Amino acid sequence: MREKTVEATVRALQRAETSLPDWVLQRIEEAMARESNPVARHHLQFMLENVSIAKSKGLPLCQDTGLTIFHVQMGRDLSLDFSLFEAIAQGVRIATKEVPLRPNAVHPQTRKNSGDNTGPGMPDVILDYVDGKGLQLTAFPKGAGSENMSLVGMLNPADDPFDFILESVAKRAANACPPLFLGIGLGGSFDLAARLAKRALLNMPGSSEEELQLLERINRLGIGPMGLGGDTTALGIKIEKAFCHTASLPVAINFQCWANRSATEVIQ
Amino acid sequence: MTEHHLRSPLSDEDVKKLVAGDVVFLSGPIFTARDKAHALIRQAGSPVSLQGAALYHCGPIIQNERVLSAGPTTSGRMARYTEEILKLGVKAIIGKGGLPGEPFRNRAVYLAYPGGCGAAAAQQLSVLRVHLQELGMAESLWEFEARELGPMIVAVDAHGRDLYQEVRGSVQRQEPD
Repeated sequence: MREKTVEATVRALQRAETSLPDWVLQRIEEAMARESNPVARHHLQFMLENVSIAKSKGLPLCQDTGLTIFHVQMGRDLSLDFSLFEAIAQGVRIATKEVPLRPNAVHPQTRKNSGDNTGPGMPDVILDYVDGKGLQLTAFPKGAGSENMSLVGMLNPADDPFDFILESVAKRAANACPPLFLGIGLGGSFDLAARLAKRALLNMPGSSEEELQLLERINRLGIGPMGLGGDTTALGIKIEKAFCHTASLPVAINFQCWANRSATEVIQ
Repeated sequence: MTEHHLRSPLSDEDVKKLVAGDVVFLSGPIFTARDKAHALIRQAGSPVSLQGAALYHCGPIIQNERVLSAGPTTSGRMARYTEEILKLGVKAIIGKGGLPGEPFRNRAVYLAYPGGCGAAAAQQLSVLRVHLQELGMAESLWEFEARELGPMIVAVDAHGRDLYQEVRGSVQRQEPD
């Protein structure tokens, strides 16, 4: 099982870094058909071209191969006699050489690079126990351009969280490689809101009435691909909610770039 | 959207004819620099002449001297260095997300390469030399030969126009609160 986990990690990273999920490509193509701004269409077209070059040549589609984030769903029947973190970390080290990945993980103060994308706390493994058997592992490499624009707001319960989201996106979108995918965490505590926002990105797609309305308001901003104007500022929004304290309203926004990379492997 | 095919090093005339919204394809030598290379240039000067140069905000993936992926990084992190970089003679800064426009007036342009398009960019670049290699793959100052690097959008021109600022302005007009 350990060996299978290491191999699945390498395969998931290989696929996540060199291709995009079909539903992501479809959103870009749909946006392209609607887009009226010539500079924006130019960008969307080139993004699609880039994805097809990456896929056919097996190259990382973006040079920022990201921080290595994984979502693991573990069947309740499983009990592991090895460290899941260590097995995934080993897979990351192999993938760094084989894909290859750019070494991105550094000490937060000395800025010394480990050279293999691992270190204390990295990879980040988000673990869920689920009904069912086996182990499902999703690689979700996350680039810094979009992650750097993410934020948590501890709002006054009288504030409108959607106004806060709209203002934040208006200010920050251009640096996050739009058109964006936005993971929103609404409620919980300071850190729970942030984790909900990341989980929202992991759980995409799915669009409620509320999510679609917010998406429309964001696209009306006119920020456009790469912040150079256009009808396409965001391609998807997912909101995850938790109960919060009666005195609090935490809102987290996890920005994700248009290259919304992920790949899932199932281990039986 | 006028299309330009330019060759580096760039002249003042090259810069002058570029207008915000134009499309540029660039050939010739270009230099990458991001956070650490900028800090080092401030401290110790540039290891190469940047007269007429195109400076690319990029941390590429290189394997055996081959460029595998080399799209732009967020320029905003390097905004604090713009003035001194342009003083070294840089005529074009390439990146994504933009830089404040004022320092570019009458002397340089900012070119936006589509973010996230590292595999496409790699097809247009090859390695000539590497400087400041001790900073590691992503942070080294790479000297690339560009072949029709683009399409890049002139986002800040030398005549005072800044597309990002224009977009931000229209966003604010639309959301008055």
